[in-house]
Amino acid sequence: MSTMNTVGRPTAPNQVDSKPATLTGGRGLLQNEALIFEGDGWGKTGVDLPEPKTDASDLGDLVRKDPIGLPGLSEPEAMRHYVRLSQKNHAIDLAIYPLGSCTMKHNPRLNEKMARLAGFSDIHPLQPISTVQGALELMDTLAHWLKTLTGMPAVALSPKAGAHGELCGLMAIRAAHEAKGEHEQRRKVLVPTSAHGTNPATAAFVGYSVVEVAQTEDGRVDVADLASKLGPDVAAIMVTNPNTCGLFERDIIEIARLTHEAGAYFYCDGANFNAIVGRVRPGDLGVDAMHINLHKTFSTPHGGGGPGAGPVVLSEALAAFAPAPWVVHDDNGYRLIEREEDEAEQAFGRLCAFQGQMGMYVRALSYMMSHGSDGLRQVAEDAVLNANYIKARLQDLMSPAFPDGPCMHEALFDDEWLKGTDITTLDFAKAMIDEGFHPMTMYFPLVVHGAMLIEPTETESKAELDRFIHVMRLLAEAAKAGDVDRFKGAPFHAPLKRLDETRAARSPVLRWSAPEGSNQAA
Amino acid sequence: MHFTKDHEWVSVDGDIATVGISKHAAEALGDVVFVEVPEVGKTFAKGDSFAVVESVKAASDVYAPVSGEVVEANDVLSTAPETVNAAPEADGWFAKIKISDASQLDGLMDQAAYDAFLATL
Repeated sequence: MSTMNTVGRPTAPNQVDSKPATLTGGRGLLQNEALIFEGDGWGKTGVDLPEPKTDASDLGDLVRKDPIGLPGLSEPEAMRHYVRLSQKNHAIDLAIYPLGSCTMKHNPRLNEKMARLAGFSDIHPLQPISTVQGALELMDTLAHWLKTLTGMPAVALSPKAGAHGELCGLMAIRAAHEAKGEHEQRRKVLVPTSAHGTNPATAAFVGYSVVEVAQTEDGRVDVADLASKLGPDVAAIMVTNPNTCGLFERDIIEIARLTHEAGAYFYCDGANFNAIVGRVRPGDLGVDAMHINLHKTFSTPHGGGGPGAGPVVLSEALAAFAPAPWVVHDDNGYRLIEREEDEAEQAFGRLCAFQGQMGMYVRALSYMMSHGSDGLRQVAEDAVLNANYIKARLQDLMSPAFPDGPCMHEALFDDEWLKGTDITTLDFAKAMIDEGFHPMTMYFPLVVHGAMLIEPTETESKAELDRFIHVMRLLAEAAKAGDVDRFKGAPFHAPLKRLDETRAARSPVLRWSAPEGSNQAA
Repeated sequence: MHFTKDHEWVSVDGDIATVGISKHAAEALGDVVFVEVPEVGKTFAKGDSFAVVESVKAASDVYAPVSGEVVEANDVLSTAPETVNAAPEADGWFAKIKISDASQLDGLMDQAAYDAFLATL
């Protein structure tokens, strides 16, 4: 383990902590930042707009009489505000971001360069089809890659996030049951206890009742329990593979067989496709519908970094029900199938007004083409290798939830190893912030007590993994040695200290109001 | 008091069952921040989800331990969900259900059996 060489540096870190206290309360580059509404930027403007030529308005009595209450800022003020805020936050561009089941990986700059090409970034969804042939070809090529990688015959590109993709998949399943006249009898969706919360939420949103399927001791779907719950009243099952415990569902083919035998469809939550891309084609496993989070597996920005995209691949049985639009190619070039009178008479409708997140399509295809099929296979292999490396290097200090056998792309620990220390998973995660890491996913999956779900992704180097592991080991040793104070009030060094999450949830303040004594309009 | 494997408790007075979540469940959930109690007059079958409890860690369904009609809901929980943590097996009750099939109580655990069950978790 190499540590930073701080000896003899002209700018060696100052070990004296905030003494003397600064006059502003800020700390060097980390300055306090007011809300943008609480600055003194009232009455200013960053741009000069021409005076309107007339005061006349068509709004009549609806014209706003009070000031709208927006702050006025010059361009540098607005810029500095957001840059300062960004410096207080963690980001994948700063350090490892090991959120399990979220796949927070590096967003290659090549993707960004491609997305900024004028032919992709300066187009409008309503401009004539003949002028956006390149963009349509890109969508068609992306669709081809997604279908090829998943072994599925159809794809709906337009869903805008994973949960939106789930909605798409279940609506296609519902449409298929309606077409067979079985919708009235098939009112249940089976979901394992370890599922993402969005799975039961989606099923309920589409009007199904949710039935839980038990988990085996080793973290997989209990096939016997599943079989006992399948029947003529079940519309679909929703299974994540690899599942949220970071484990491959080894009975997946049997699960698919039983599901189809019962006349139900198999929805696979593809949130963890990152772990198997290039190695396993879900179509070969018997999956009928699966969303693919482009912002996870295919490295488009994620988590406040931009809009998501959750294309859904569909099996032969569901392909006809895919929502519009989609791209077709013939002698006259590329065009969109948009309407029921076109070739989409069985489509269940559409999920968004236009074609989906074009910028994400460009980034995802850029990632695919720069890796190639062999590179994508290595993505999955490295993601799994990295997670197993972390598991292997931490399992003597921390307790793996499922110690037997390798994991997939996530290393899952429970809080058994913290027993008797008076330190909780939450305390441990907060102490990680002080050390400069974003915490892993906590308390999920729910089936594991005090869960700590670590997903390093394939983009971390061995050196960065070693640095992470080194700090995790130091923290774990401190916890076991009874250094409770290090954890209980943590984070001590973050811009904001331990927040009262309970009070925030019980009495949320959802509206900003002007500070007392201020003359700012609300 | 009777318990289910899903950590609900039932206390029976005549044909009225008072239902809540066990001390173990409340501790496992952590600070409860929201409770949705069922509407009075609604009927549930044993095993139906009849209430929702949300903590800083998780949102969970609460299942009806017996079939019947809700005759009273603990509205205190909507404004003071912390009552579930303070007194899960007393003031933190969720609802009172008029039992439609008293034989269902036979399938539930008593305190000793529940404690033994917890020891296996």
